[in-house]
Amino acid sequence: MTITKPTCFQEIILRLQNYWAEHGCAIMQPYDMEVGAGTFHPATTLRALGSKPWAAAYVQPSRRPTDGRYGENPNRLQHYYQYQVLIKPSPPQLQELYLGSLEAIGIDMELHDIRFVEDDWESPTLGAWGLGWEVWCDGMEVSQFTYFQQVGGHDCKPVSGELTYGLERLAMYVLGVDHVMDMPFNAPGSAIELKYRDVFQQTEQEYSRWNFDIADTDTLLQHFKDAEAECERILAAPHDDPKTGKKIIMAHPAYDQCIKASHLFNLLDARGVISVTERQAYIGRVRNLAKACADAFVQTEAGGAAA
Amino acid sequence: MADLLLELFSEEIPAGMQKRASADLQKIVTNGLVEAGLTYASAGTFATPRRLCLTIDGLLSESPAVREERKGPRVDAPEQALNGFLRGAGLTKDQLEVRDDKKGQTYYAVIEKAGRPAAEIVAEVVTDAIRNFPWPKSMRWGAGGLRWVRPLHSILCILSAEDGAEVVDFEIDGIESANLTAGHRFMAPEWFSVNNFEQYQVELKKAFVVLDAQERADHIWEDAKNMAFAQGLELVEDAGLLAEVAGLVEWPVVLMGDIADDFLNLPPEVLITSMKEHQKFFSVKNPKTGRIEKFVTVANRTTKDNGATILAGNQKVLFARLSDAKFFWENDLRIAKAGMGEWTDKLQNVTFHNKLGTQAERIDRIAALAGEIAPLVGADVALATKAAKLAKADLSSEMVGEFAKLQGLMGRYYAAEAGLPAEVGAASQEHYSPLGPTDVVPTAPVSAAVAMADKIDTLTGFWAIDEKPTGSKDPFALRRAALGVIRLVLENDVRANATALFAKGYDGADAGDLLGFFHDRLKVYLKDAGISHDVIDACLAMPNNDDFTLLVKRAKALQTFRNSDDGENLLQGFKRANNILIAEEKKDGVSYEGTPEVKFAEEDAERELFAALDANEGKITDAIANEDFASAMSALAALRGPIDAFFENVQVNADAQVVRRNRLCLLNRIRATMAAVSDFTLIEG
Repeated sequence: MTITKPTCFQEIILRLQNYWAEHGCAIMQPYDMEVGAGTFHPATTLRALGSKPWAAAYVQPSRRPTDGRYGENPNRLQHYYQYQVLIKPSPPQLQELYLGSLEAIGIDMELHDIRFVEDDWESPTLGAWGLGWEVWCDGMEVSQFTYFQQVGGHDCKPVSGELTYGLERLAMYVLGVDHVMDMPFNAPGSAIELKYRDVFQQTEQEYSRWNFDIADTDTLLQHFKDAEAECERILAAPHDDPKTGKKIIMAHPAYDQCIKASHLFNLLDARGVISVTERQAYIGRVRNLAKACADAFVQTEAGGAAA
Repeated sequence: MADLLLELFSEEIPAGMQKRASADLQKIVTNGLVEAGLTYASAGTFATPRRLCLTIDGLLSESPAVREERKGPRVDAPEQALNGFLRGAGLTKDQLEVRDDKKGQTYYAVIEKAGRPAAEIVAEVVTDAIRNFPWPKSMRWGAGGLRWVRPLHSILCILSAEDGAEVVDFEIDGIESANLTAGHRFMAPEWFSVNNFEQYQVELKKAFVVLDAQERADHIWEDAKNMAFAQGLELVEDAGLLAEVAGLVEWPVVLMGDIADDFLNLPPEVLITSMKEHQKFFSVKNPKTGRIEKFVTVANRTTKDNGATILAGNQKVLFARLSDAKFFWENDLRIAKAGMGEWTDKLQNVTFHNKLGTQAERIDRIAALAGEIAPLVGADVALATKAAKLAKADLSSEMVGEFAKLQGLMGRYYAAEAGLPAEVGAASQEHYSPLGPTDVVPTAPVSAAVAMADKIDTLTGFWAIDEKPTGSKDPFALRRAALGVIRLVLENDVRANATALFAKGYDGADAGDLLGFFHDRLKVYLKDAGISHDVIDACLAMPNNDDFTLLVKRAKALQTFRNSDDGENLLQGFKRANNILIAEEKKDGVSYEGTPEVKFAEEDAERELFAALDANEGKITDAIANEDFASAMSALAALRGPIDAFFENVQVNADAQVVRRNRLCLLNRIRATMAAVSDFTLIEG
């Protein structure tokens, strides 16, 4: 089987979408909030909890304010895309499925050296950890492969298998591009040919400046406190809704506030106003929210509780 | 007799865990087999990224039958005693025998265990080993409950004899044992059946799997060395990296690539560290220039383009990594050449410990202390102070931010680039040392001063805030720091009272308690040097015991003396004198501290002892004053004969009170003389 090489960034994304759709994943859309990684999408964080089977794949725009380089660094961006796959329970042939996805985007297994190199994953803000690998292709990390053991302080039973592809880096490798901004975004030869630069150079500059120098720290701090308070308030509400007479636990709205708090923390961090000692305290506060949301989710139907 | 072959086939096992896991597998399974009565001739283990393998030769084909007799309670013993006995033996009352004993009728149990076939025992032992395997970190997967280091896929377990092989049947969490294994993940993924270990190993090699980690490592090393040699270059040795890389591949293929010219001027340690940490590459050095010019990477397969694509990919990744390193280096040089002020300023915002202030505050304290210590180690005060102020500046550099293990070394490079005196750069690199009992101790005066100041500040600081090590917990590595100070003092022959130095450290530390901590470390250190604990105690009881150089000089001389014939006999003489004195002083309610007089001596032996003491006491006092402990010990040795003769020929408790009293005072004179050397009461034997 020979697979043609993709020609542009979006073709790689489309091929991954098709591949995982063919292998039974629900192709979801990005979560409509600012997150630091695809893991934060409730389709991963919350759905990894409880006993209900689940299979989803999606692109997630991810923001890491401290990584901003005004669009000048060849591979560092404050906004980039992750491709995320979560399957629960992890199927026995997940490694082979994953390798199939690399073939689907044009990596010829007969020519390349693919390696699974130990990398234990931990997210202190989500109270989550798992074991797995970073996957190397010819010495370059192209994905994270993790078997979730715990999320939000809960043991994952069954265990989810999570795959995360750093799309820009992977695509640059497959397309043979040295600087991310030079990467074709749509197909070369399109009527309106766009490179990554045409889409994101300006935003990288704007956000780098805002993230590092302009964002109002007092406002961010207040937003953080507000999100934290709202999250706790939502979860404290009685489960029985007087209006509908139904039991409605608002795990997702509460989790939105947790996501917000997490991103606000990242922004404050980029502004350099969080000291080393405070850092741990902030991470702990976000983790407490994540745990509380996880506690709530497992009491819902999607979280595996009896209806 | 049969041979057992066990292979546990899983997803990729972390390289660092493979060796230990295969040893554990062998230990657990062989122990279990032997415990069940199955002895064997020999056993061996192997590990690859995807499999743990155990082979046991000459295993008994069944366990021997066992007959055991147990004596129980008497027939008329209470019911509870009988019930307890039955429970222990696993029998019922009607299975017991009653025999006539000396004391009456007694129950006896005869327990007979038939031999069991090897396969049955192996199945139990292996199942148990897998379920309780001591992985440092293990996980669940899918919907199962079994824990393994990564998902376990298949178990090959066969007993083979001359007439063929049988599968040892068992099942764990849905995995059924079989006689199957698979080859290399990409090059030969097909499953095949296995009859015995020899065939297993041969077939695996045909399927691109080298089973033995040592064989993989040797292959990598030989190939890499030869490739480097062919180009007039030298491979940089790294046993840890070699073991790790051998644990990442089943079919090692060594490839050598170029480092772009842009990076050849980076310090070699930066290249080596970056390539090792990020890419697991070996470095290849030009022996003529000392520069790192090429790298070696180890792929897990052969390809039809002979690794060209793989090498090109690796080279590209390396380029990006080294571009980062070069960017850091150039930025750092700019700051270093401007005097490092930007870095030292930054340390004002870095908390060292929330009760001990910032790094900058700590550095100021260390600098002051290094100035105080400088004269003790023969260092220039101003230079030591300056070196201390800059020794940790590189912690703010980008390079150290990326590669923490280059701390100090980068400081040395940056100090040189900034045109600072060589001593300043050396102190930056060396002041963290010694990091352990075998690490080299800095001897350059400025480095030694900063190294001591750094550690004493840390110790007095944590003592002041009461964060001392407890039990096995020593999060701030204070034991290592104290041992570091001790080694710095001893190996540089520093003369100083430690408590005086503690007083110049962080305010508020209990110097006496801290000295006790140092003494504990010193005991461990000296014990390793062959000095027994009682000899150390005898020296610790002497004045100036916070002068470690003096203390160790005394202890070494005393140990040598203690090991000699003279020492042993003199010690016995001392004990005898001391015991008599203690007994008599207690009995009489007085102490015999008066001066004995030779005129009351009646025996020759007595007079000779007086003469020996007269001749040697002065020598001992002078030698001790000169800290010449060896001479003090030989003067002591001269007392041995007269003391022995005294006890042989003289009755201490004479009838005449004057004579008795004089003799007891003479014994006290021995005791007092020896007490100037060390506290002999604490020496055992």
